[in-house]
Amino acid sequence: MCAFPLEDQTSSFSEYLSSHYPHLLQVQKSGIPPLQFLKAEPTLSESFERPPLIPRGTTVLALRHGDGAIIAGDRMATEGFQVSARRIEKVYKADEYSAIAIAGAAGPCIELARLFQTELEHYEKLEGAKLSTDGKANKLGQMVKANLAMAVQGLIVIPIFVSYDLKRQEGRIFKYDITGGRYEETEYYATGSGGKDARNTMKKSYKRDMTEDEAVALALEALYDASEEDVATAGPDLIRGIYPTIKMVTRQGIQDVDEQRIKQVYNIIIERRRVA
Amino acid sequence: MVLPYYVSPEQIMQDKAEYAKKGIAKGRSIIAMEYSSGILLVADNPSALNKISEIYDNIAFAGAGRYSEFENLRKAGIRHADLKGYLYSREDVTARSLANAYSQSLGTSFSQDVKPLEVEILVVGLGEQDHPNEIYRITFDGSIYDEKGFTVIGGRSEALIIFLKEHYKGASGVTEVLKLSIEALGGATNQAINANGLEVAALDRTRQGRKFKRFIPEEISELIKKSGES
Repeated sequence: MCAFPLEDQTSSFSEYLSSHYPHLLQVQKSGIPPLQFLKAEPTLSESFERPPLIPRGTTVLALRHGDGAIIAGDRMATEGFQVSARRIEKVYKADEYSAIAIAGAAGPCIELARLFQTELEHYEKLEGAKLSTDGKANKLGQMVKANLAMAVQGLIVIPIFVSYDLKRQEGRIFKYDITGGRYEETEYYATGSGGKDARNTMKKSYKRDMTEDEAVALALEALYDASEEDVATAGPDLIRGIYPTIKMVTRQGIQDVDEQRIKQVYNIIIERRRVA
Repeated sequence: MVLPYYVSPEQIMQDKAEYAKKGIAKGRSIIAMEYSSGILLVADNPSALNKISEIYDNIAFAGAGRYSEFENLRKAGIRHADLKGYLYSREDVTARSLANAYSQSLGTSFSQDVKPLEVEILVVGLGEQDHPNEIYRITFDGSIYDEKGFTVIGGRSEALIIFLKEHYKGASGVTEVLKLSIEALGGATNQAINANGLEVAALDRTRQGRKFKRFIPEEISELIKKSGES
């Protein structure tokens, strides 16, 4: 007995898992029975009658600016009409130059983010070179597609992917549908329950070649609007000190936007909107 | 009918060992050496194909001998580490467990396969928060040696070890350690070694997240220049 299988050739971690440890992936080859109670939007009576709801993450968005791109998400997860978590993280570093944010069923979302991180690092170490931006985006599409059986049961996982493309010297944004369809956005995008509201805000104020500061302010304003229109999206929680998270990708790599900076932007937005 | 003649197990093992050693002795050497904030790996390797590689956050690998064979081992090690980190958590991936897996694989291959693997490998783990560094040398038959301070694999390793035992004065700065390694490699081959003929990488405690760093030729030249000044 060999401690390692030595014959593998693939550089993909998820391929390796599916050929050697298929039970570790959430891919269900055979259909699972319809999970009525996992429906995305149960009616009010359903949500009282059927307790085993699962947490869902809500609004995430991405936005391009002159030096790269930013990606942001609010911090709330909901189970039907209940708050499930106030501090959930929806924006994840994928590698040194890219990040993903995920909306949908929280469990599979977090799992996908972790698998994608491992995937990129695994490839880099095996091949001795990083995947190209398009390579990463396509791989993520395949991973979303692998979740299709779960998605049609209601366990939807929808990521947004941003990456700084070192070759093109620009930030890039990719959105996905549940079939793994991959679409590049050239300006901004938002998805999740408050996605449409966030998109509306960005549509009004978005400018090409915004500065990074302007982009951060617009992203936070968009999340704020989404939280006002969509009950499943959280605004800044001033009492508990919980704010949306933002990561930015630039030529220097990926970086978190400091919480203090986010707080300051919100203070300005709130002062502007306060009814005298 | 010709009867298959009997060969004693000792003879078979001896022959295999001799075969493997011969193969390894043909190759160039790799040195692993502790310095003040990590472990430096220096390979006498002018080719673009790497002998030193990152395995995980705190773990690096180096292989000497037949390229195709240690390259396979390197990949298997990365799979082992990434799988473990994915199943459990990043901090649960340890150099010791990886070294054990390698030892098992090589041991099994040596006793069961007709042709033994002509490789000698290193698994180094960076110690953090009072934990000492780990340097494991694993030979073609699966024997595993827990080394302290420095070690050498590949051809002429014995001569290099004798030289380093005399000159290694404990973990100093990275430039001193690199200088000593180059002296050792140059002395063994009787050739002056320049930056282009070297592959240098380190596990450095001062780095964030993944500790592995590969030095590009410009950085190697820079370090060599610095070590000349001091």
